[in-house]
This record gives sequence, C-alpha cells and structure tokens, in this order.
Amino acid sequence: MTVIAQNLVWGVRRKGIVNDVSLSVARGETLGLIGPNGSGKSSLLRLLSGLKSPQSGRVEILGQDIARVSRKALARQVAFVQQNAGTDTNVAVRDVVRLGRTPHRAALAGWTAEDERAVSTALEQVDMTDRRAQPWQTLSGGERQRVHIARALAQCPRVMFLDEPTNHLDIHHQIEILRMVRGLDMTSVIALHDLNLAAMFCDRIVVLQAGTVVACGPPAEVLTQALLREVFRVRAEVSLDAPLTQPHIRFLAA
Amino acid sequence: MPATVTTDQTDDGSVLRLGGAFALADLTGLHKALMRAAAAGPVTVDLTEVTRLDTAAAWAIAEAEKAAQSAGHALHLEGADEGAAALIDTVRAALPDPDTQTKPAFSLLHWLDGFGRSVAAGGVFLSQLLGILGVFIARLGRSVLHPSEFRLTSLVHHCQEVGLKAVPIVALMAFLIGVVLAFQGAAQLRQFGAEVFVVDLIAVSILRELGILLTAIIVAGRTASAFTAAIGSMKMREEIDAMRTLGIDPATALIVPRVLALLLMLPILGMIANATGLFGGALMSWIELGISPGLFVTRLVENTDVSHLMVGTIKAPFFAIVIGIVGCHAGLQVGNNAESLGRQTSAAVVTAIFSVIVIDALFSVFFAQVGI
Ligand SMILES: Nc1ncnc2c1ncn2[C@@H]1O[C@H](COP(=O)(O)OP(=O)(O)OP(=O)(O)O)[C@@H](O)[C@H]1O
Ligand SMILES: [Mg+2]
Repeated sequence: MTVIAQNLVWGVRRKGIVNDVSLSVARGETLGLIGPNGSGKSSLLRLLSGLKSPQSGRVEILGQDIARVSRKALARQVAFVQQNAGTDTNVAVRDVVRLGRTPHRAALAGWTAEDERAVSTALEQVDMTDRRAQPWQTLSGGERQRVHIARALAQCPRVMFLDEPTNHLDIHHQIEILRMVRGLDMTSVIALHDLNLAAMFCDRIVVLQAGTVVACGPPAEVLTQALLREVFRVRAEVSLDAPLTQPHIRFLAA
Repeated sequence: MPATVTTDQTDDGSVLRLGGAFALADLTGLHKALMRAAAAGPVTVDLTEVTRLDTAAAWAIAEAEKAAQSAGHALHLEGADEGAAALIDTVRAALPDPDTQTKPAFSLLHWLDGFGRSVAAGGVFLSQLLGILGVFIARLGRSVLHPSEFRLTSLVHHCQEVGLKAVPIVALMAFLIGVVLAFQGAAQLRQFGAEVFVVDLIAVSILRELGILLTAIIVAGRTASAFTAAIGSMKMREEIDAMRTLGIDPATALIVPRVLALLLMLPILGMIANATGLFGGALMSWIELGISPGLFVTRLVENTDVSHLMVGTIKAPFFAIVIGIVGCHAGLQVGNNAESLGRQTSAAVVTAIFSVIVIDALFSVFFAQVGI
C-alpha cells in the first residue's frame, strides 16, 4: 500500500470535520474522492498531504509516517494540486512550473538538463507549451489550473493529491488530464464533483458525507441510485452496460 | 384623477377619506395627514373612492397603523378593494421590526469578564510574538550552520525595499526636525544670550532620541504594513501552503530575510537621520543665529559626549526586531478574506509604532537609572 490513513480525526472548536477516516491506496491506483460541498474532501486531502496535522490518527506514505519526515523529503515524493491557490506576484508560466523542481535541487546547484526536461514534459502534458512565457495574472481560470497541475507534475512525484483538478477545465481537457494522470506510473487521490468522470477514471471511489466515509469500492458498486439519493439528494438513473463495468449516471429532474 | 385626502372629525375620532389615484408625489401630504390623525385618536381610513393605490401610500397607511397602535388607539380600514387590501398586507409584513436590542445594563461581572478576556488575548498575542521571534532566531541559527540554505537574493531585495527606498523620506524628515529644533531653540536661548548652546540642544536631542525614534516610526509605518500585506496576501491565496508542499520552509523564506533586512538597515537609516538632522540644525543656526558651520562643528565635537550617539544607536536593533516581528505576525494572522488583510495591516502599523514608543520609554528609564 502506498498511502495508508488510519483513523484520521480533525475538526475545529469541537465540530468534527473529518471523523475517523481510514483508507488505503495501492501502488499505481487512482482513488476518487466524492461527496457534497463541505463534506471534508479538501480537509482530508490536506491531512493526507501533511498540510494539517490530525488531532488523532496517522498517515503513512510509501512506508513512512509523514509526521516524522521532513517537508523537503516529502515534497520529493508527494505533490498536491490545491483547489484554489494563486499568487499576486508577477511570474510567468515557466517560472511557476519551475518551482516544482525546488525539492529536487540542491541549494546553490545550477539548473540541470534533467530539471529542464521535467519542466518541458510537464508543460507538454497539460498542453501549455506555447504559453510558457505568458504572465500568470493574464491566464484564464482553466489555464491557471493546468499550470498548477504542470507544477505538480514537474515535481516528478510518486504520489499525487488533486483537489478538484478539473473544475475550471473544458470537457476536452478534463478528459485528457484525468486520462494522463491515470496513465502515469503514479498513485493518485483525486477529489471530484463530476460523478461520471469519477466513474470513468477512478479504480476505486470513496464517498464522504459530513466527514465520514459512507462507501468505498469500485465505481460500479459505489455509485448506486440509493447512494446518490441518500448522499447527494438527487434522483438519477444509473446504467451499467454489463455487471461491474463503468456505470453511467443520468440525472433526472426532481 | 388626482389624489385627494379629506379629514372629518366625528365623535369616534377622525375619518380620513382618500380618493383618486395615489402616486409617489402624493406621499408627503398623505403621510402627514395620517400621522397627525393617528397621534390624535382613533382613525378610520376610508378607501372607497380610491382608484389606484401605490406601495408608497400603502406604506404610509401601515406606518400610521403602527403609530396609532403605539399611541394606544386603533386604525380601521374601510372600503378597501381586494388589490389594495393585499398590497397593504404585504407592506405591513415587510415593515422592518423595530430594534428591540437594548444595551445590556452595566454589571461588574460583565466588565470583569470583558477585562479578563482582553488580558488573556493580550497574553496570547505576546506569546505568539515571542514564538515568531524564537522561530526567527532558530532559522537564523540554522542558516549560519547551513549557509547554502540562506536566501541571499531575498535579503538583498528586502534591504533595498526597507533601507534604500526609505532614505529620501527619512533624510527629509530628519532635516526638517533639525531645522525646527534650531529655530525653536534659538527663540528661547536668545533671551538669555545663550545662543551657542543651541548646538548642544540639537546634538543631544537628535543623537540621543529623535533621530532614531522618528526613523523607527517612519519605518514602522511603511515597512510593518508592507510585510503584513505581502505575507497576508500569500496566506490569503494559499501560497504559503503551496510553499510547504514544495518543501520550502515559509519561516526561512519569508520571515528571516525580512527581519534581518530591517536589523541591518535600521541602524544605517538612523545614522543618515542623525547626519541630516545635524545638517539641518547647523544650517538654521547659521541663518538664524549666525553660528558659523565651523563653530557649530567645533562645539559639537568638543561638547557632545559620544555616549549620546551610543544611547541612540543601541536602540535601533530592538526597534528593528519589534517592527519586523509585529509585521510578519500580523501577516500570518490574515484569514482568507480581503477584509482581514486590511484590518491586520492597519493593526500592524498601530502596534509597531506603539511598541517602538514603549521600548523607547523603557530605554529612557533604564538609561536614567544607570546614569548615562
Ligand atoms: N479552518 C476551518 N475553520 C472552520 N471551518 C472549517 C475550516 N476548514 C474547513 N472548515 C469547514 O469544514 C467543512 C469541510 O470543508 P472542506 O473544504 O473539506 O469541504 P469540501 O468537501 O472540500 O467541499 P467542496 O466540495 O465545497 O470543496 C466545511 O463546512 C468548512 O466550512
Ligand atoms: Mg474542497
């Protein structure tokens, strides 16, 4: 198992936001994290990536307890694409992606060919090569999101956490980027709102509701009409072409 | 048909007969008539002749109804058609509730509670400042042990922002202070024929107190706010989290270069302020009192003890640390909205200036006690 979370608990002022969540992700697996607004997806990802420390419970990544490894060592293995990070500093796309190389560079060491290769590959993977010199402030919302993803890819991580990486993207890039992330030799946990995309690209899906895991398993087992009604409060028709294939969800007007 | 309001007095109070089409223009007259009647006694409002009633008129009726109720008598509506009645009902429901919130009566318990809370908050604030000071010293120590981790580019950048760019304003301020001191001193000292002592007056007050204090206040105003705004906007945009996921330590990257730059630059700015202050004083003494620059310098060198300069300069690092720490702390307190950024920025300036003055006062007491 690459990522193991045991009994994570986190909250503010006696209000539990993540309540006793345990999960494990196998090497190379793509785990989808779904749940309504405010169900604790972002909070859980921040706990998994070590940005927050849990009130109790522990997270293990690649066999190490993340509370015990230095941030820099962790950053060589783990990348995190935040839901809405930005900057007011005037930087170009290229510079943002270059930041992804920080954990791999020795202090004062020059810019190596390997760094350059990682940056150009990452830009290519998100289809931003021809905008490498454009200032960050002038990018569109979706382009910013793609640059964020490129920055994480340039880190050459073995584990990647993505918090709604596709919410600003057009349908082509949504599919391309999820396909690319899934195709890489990498373990990933992706918070998503689009259930059909989750069904298409995730090996397993974890459903969060009010900070607890209410279901976990392959898409066909998890995404049932009953669950959609209970957790997401929608009426939907779930069609399976054959048992245990990718389900397709069609929402019905109430 | 224009709107009309006629008031008749009967035995059971007054009757207001409204007629015609009411529009906004008729509001003033209607409202006045209704309120006068409602204050006087029971009112009956007859709407039979009304052809059109607008929201303004409905509001006036609803208001009058309320006024009548609070004065202790009733207001009756008569002859309202369905539409008018519905409109008046809607307006009545939409009238804002009066502010029932009354100020809680003063009680000792309440006061003690508030007092205790603010003392505790003050304690927390001080311990947070100490925490940041500790982090600064620890990271600085680490940079000494691992010089390669030190962010020289960033330090130089902040030295330019904090130091070089503040030179004009600091120099101008000190020059004017020198001029003012010479001018005011001259006016007083001339009465005793002791003009030449103006040199001592200027030298002691500028070297010992004013040069560094006013420099620190100006730097607190421009730098503490700049630190808070820069760090706060990074916090707001989750840039600090992004730095951490990249393995960059925010304290080493953000706090150390800023506070260190202040530590290096404030004494230099203080020196510049001293020099221009003395220059301004000398210039004014020459013009006003005819003390030649040569005499000024001779008197300055012979009569002013170097301890005055030391007393002034020794305070600079303390001011620098306080300004830097307060600015960085406020930046880290920013939440994720622009409003808290503004609030923290102004709080940082006030706190920084206040702390500078408190430290200066403490130093004065200290030096008076040890007799320097
Ligand atoms: N620091 C905090 N202080 C108070 N409440 C918080 C804090 N962080 C998160 N919350 C609350 O915890 C809940 C979960 O937040 P989280 O961001 O994890 O939701 P989410 O599942 O990512 O939602 P979304 O789909 O909208 O992104 C929300 O109700 C949020 O208001
Ligand atoms: Mg979220």
